[in-house]
Amino acid sequence: MTNRELKIEELKIFHCVYKTRLSDKYRKRKLYQPVDPRKIICFIPGTIVEIQVKEGDHVIEGSEILILEAMKMKNRIKSPVSGTVKSVNVSKGEKVMKGKLLIEIL
Amino acid sequence: MPLDKKIRELQEKREKILLGGGEKAIEKQKAMGKRTARERILTLLDKGSFNEYDLFVEHTARDFDMQTKSLPSDGVVIGTGTIYDAPVAIYAQDFTVAGGSLGLMHSRKITKIMDHALKMRIPLIGINDSGGARIQEGVDSLAGYGEIFFRNTLSSGVIPQLSVILGPCAGGAVYSPALTDFVFVVENISKMFITGPEVIKTVLGEEISMEDLGGAWVHSETTGNAHFYAESEDQCFEQIKKLISFIPWSNENKARPFEPAEPLKDFNIDDIVPDDARLPYDVRDVIKAVVDSSDFFEIHKNWARNMVIGFGRIDGNTVGFVANQPIEMAGVLDVDSSDKAARFIRYCDAFNIPIITFVDLPGYLPGVDQEHAGVIRHGAKVLYAYSEATVPKITVIIRKAYGGGYIAMGSRHLRADFVFAWPGAEIAVMGPEGAANIIFRREIAAADDPDKMRKQKVEEYKAKFSNPYVAASRGYVDSVIEPSETRKLLIHAVSVSDNKSVFLPKKKHGIPPF
Repeated sequence: MTNRELKIEELKIFHCVYKTRLSDKYRKRKLYQPVDPRKIICFIPGTIVEIQVKEGDHVIEGSEILILEAMKMKNRIKSPVSGTVKSVNVSKGEKVMKGKLLIEIL
Repeated sequence: MPLDKKIRELQEKREKILLGGGEKAIEKQKAMGKRTARERILTLLDKGSFNEYDLFVEHTARDFDMQTKSLPSDGVVIGTGTIYDAPVAIYAQDFTVAGGSLGLMHSRKITKIMDHALKMRIPLIGINDSGGARIQEGVDSLAGYGEIFFRNTLSSGVIPQLSVILGPCAGGAVYSPALTDFVFVVENISKMFITGPEVIKTVLGEEISMEDLGGAWVHSETTGNAHFYAESEDQCFEQIKKLISFIPWSNENKARPFEPAEPLKDFNIDDIVPDDARLPYDVRDVIKAVVDSSDFFEIHKNWARNMVIGFGRIDGNTVGFVANQPIEMAGVLDVDSSDKAARFIRYCDAFNIPIITFVDLPGYLPGVDQEHAGVIRHGAKVLYAYSEATVPKITVIIRKAYGGGYIAMGSRHLRADFVFAWPGAEIAVMGPEGAANIIFRREIAAADDPDKMRKQKVEEYKAKFSNPYVAASRGYVDSVIEPSETRKLLIHAVSVSDNKSVFLPKKKHGIPPF
């Protein structure tokens, strides 16, 4: 059992402000962030087994940029956009967590 | 006496088997704060009522040297008995015997008592305390789980099925409880998950303790997998007994009536609900002000608290309550609260329990997370469950009933049999603030003092539409009633609905938005 916040707070629904308790789920909800296709984010924890680009390289949409091994599967990560590699934030053999920024493309 | 010797032999055999996994294993079990399987059954059931079957069943495994091992009763106790004189079938896994692991004969004992419960139309209680599949028995063990799941499904809606998690219940084993009506968990004892902390760590690199991953509180508060949370086995057994007292033995019976009793004087229905629809109160106080002895037995107390569900009695008869809870998240409908209400409505409908709905909600919870979590699909379950239910449906609109929330919460349009509204009810397409902003947008924008104009228009809208009389003029509300008349009218509504009979179109089954 955990101690929960029993404070009465405000919740706005359709122009009306209600006095009520807020749930932990509501408090902890992730605010929506639009997806930026220029940022290659790790979608599953795993290991970088291959990096096919370096800073300054030109990549075209659909070209393979790195291989991420996770759950015994080698995921070939392709660039969703064409552009120049701004930064490579991982190295070969590195273990990466979900949500890590791997490569940024300008 | 010619049989003396044989009787003594039987007694000795019994004595040995009743010791389960032996004294050392029992000691270990106790050290974890757990009772043994047979102790649990004897504590839960009426004194002297339990009869055990299949005491002498042995496992049949021959691989991995299993033929040399004896597993008393194959690690599970089955039998029948009574709770408050209501017959029940019960099984309890015995963790002291091979960790309560499930092999072929173990599963056959469980399915035997399940078949018995279904045939006899009596509730089934399963006490889970098992390390999982008995690996040495391979695919026979998997077959055993499958046979249990199949019977859980066939029995669903025919006999009440209760799952009590008093130990580990992991991997495939979790699906039997998930298929049953009510799941009970106990602090520090219950553990439920599909994949454990170790696998999660290896595969995903996430570190979490067993308690934080699938402990009692997590399932009670976060996942909603558990309906009842207790701090001890004793408290858990009291909850089971109380539940059994509220529900019928099967879908062919009604719950046993109790001696009618007045609500306690502590709950004065006139003093609970603030006039201002934006201010909170605890809707459970309203329920306690109308039920016999103010005895409200809440289900899913810690999960999706913005919706309150549970049993109570009206003039001695069991009813199910579904109520928005203004003190939690303003009582909004969202993904979890929709699931919670919809499943309970279906439970009541399956087991001939009238449904009383108390309405006070601002509508659905706005937000990207809700939309992306499928609030459309989940919210639809509430509409489906109310529309499909043929038990008596009585709805009391306490205060706000706006928009889609009004329709969903047991409205006349979903075939409520009685719709009552308190004089403070606001039945409208949306709250006055929102409505005024839309309808009078131009007037407000053009005004010298838009804020003043907005306030004025909100008041105008309130006076005209934020009341129960527009809905009552269409017959959507049957009566506008004083709060203090609520109990009297509920008693009346329940009693005149006793012979309710409606026919739905013939079909194999509907396709609810699961």
